[in-house]
Amino acid sequence: MSWIDLFRKTKSNTAVTAKERLQIVISHERTRNSQPDLISAMQTEILTIVAKYLGIPADKIQEQVRVDVERRGEHSVLELNITLPDALSVKN
Amino acid sequence: MTEVIVVTSGKGGVGKTTSSAAIGTGLALKGYRTVVVDFDVGLRNLDLIMGCERRVVYDLVNVVKKEANLNQALIKDKRLEELYILPASQTRDKDALDIEGVARVIEELKAANFDYIICDSPAGIEKGALMALYFADRAIVVTNPEVSSVRDSDRILGILASKSKRAEDKLEPIREHLLVTRYSASRVENGDMLALSDIEELLAIPLLGVIPESLAVLRASNSGIPVTFDQESDAGQAYLDAVDRFLGNKVPLRFVNTKKRSFIQRLFNTKEGASA
Ligand SMILES: Nc1ncnc2c1ncn2[C@@H]1O[C@H](COP(=O)(O)OP(=O)(O)OP(=O)(O)O)[C@@H](O)[C@H]1O
Ligand SMILES: [Mg+2]
Repeated sequence: MSWIDLFRKTKSNTAVTAKERLQIVISHERTRNSQPDLISAMQTEILTIVAKYLGIPADKIQEQVRVDVERRGEHSVLELNITLPDALSVKN
Repeated sequence: MTEVIVVTSGKGGVGKTTSSAAIGTGLALKGYRTVVVDFDVGLRNLDLIMGCERRVVYDLVNVVKKEANLNQALIKDKRLEELYILPASQTRDKDALDIEGVARVIEELKAANFDYIICDSPAGIEKGALMALYFADRAIVVTNPEVSSVRDSDRILGILASKSKRAEDKLEPIREHLLVTRYSASRVENGDMLALSDIEELLAIPLLGVIPESLAVLRASNSGIPVTFDQESDAGQAYLDAVDRFLGNKVPLRFVNTKKRSFIQRLFNTKEGASA
């Protein structure tokens, strides 16, 4: 360590990085863990509505519609993937 | 009134067993009738740390399965009148425990007039850990100043608040206490380790104590004498302070700062623990 270093307070401070990363991941996990029911209830209801309008039988619904929750940066994104039945696609 | 205390962390190897033994010993030193129960079925270690490994005949699983009664399985500490150990089984796995059986053991320990029942939790968030925390009135969350340990502690706090008996019965929540272990003030000062204030801010539960990284802990486990008996040592004193706070006393924090160095010392870089 050179004598210049004695006066330079800012070394690489990985502890600060650690704290910032933890703040983000912990706050995200807390919200997710506190509302797992809310998200899954919403997923179920969305599935029911889609099934009703598309006339997909209840036991086939999981094959044709997917609802995913994903985290992108600061936001959570609810993603809906629907494979339309052939008959319906033709009508359009 | 008996209190059930779980010593838990989520992450493995952070110092739960060391802390269970040290705090149990501290409470017994203060005259409280205390039993430390090893819930780490299959990986029994509390007996080694407390130096009674050659006296284990029956264990927690035997009592849960009614193959032995409580008195046959309880081991009385040779040094302290008020201290007992209930060892874990070495040969079975965590599924050998069931909630009714554990409930019965806790009830019997309460009937045996213990002041404190300390449950040394296994790592993880599976069955064994859930059994250890289910009946708790208070929780000591053991955390190292390191990212994965802090995150896992937060996860365990969520589980304490949702999966314990107190949560299910909608009673007053478990009282949570933060115990930071393996703390190195010099590493914190160098910016290489999360500071105590960071951990407190992230987890937001009251601080019970800070145990420094210490050779005394290794020596204590080598000899099977809980570090609380080594009252000359930093870790031994820090655990006793934590026990005092646990009992509601106000005790100033120690071992959280490096010794201040003078300008001359800094100039010549005669820093103790610089290599730590
Ligand atoms: N303050 C300390 N200073 C130095 N070493 C420590 C300290 N606390 C614990 N250790 C060491 O860390 C290791 C793990 O400790 P311990 O067995 O108590 O952790 P644990 O959380 O019970 O682990 P597991 O999750 O496997 O049950 C041991 O080798 C122990 O000696
Ligand atoms: Mg352990």
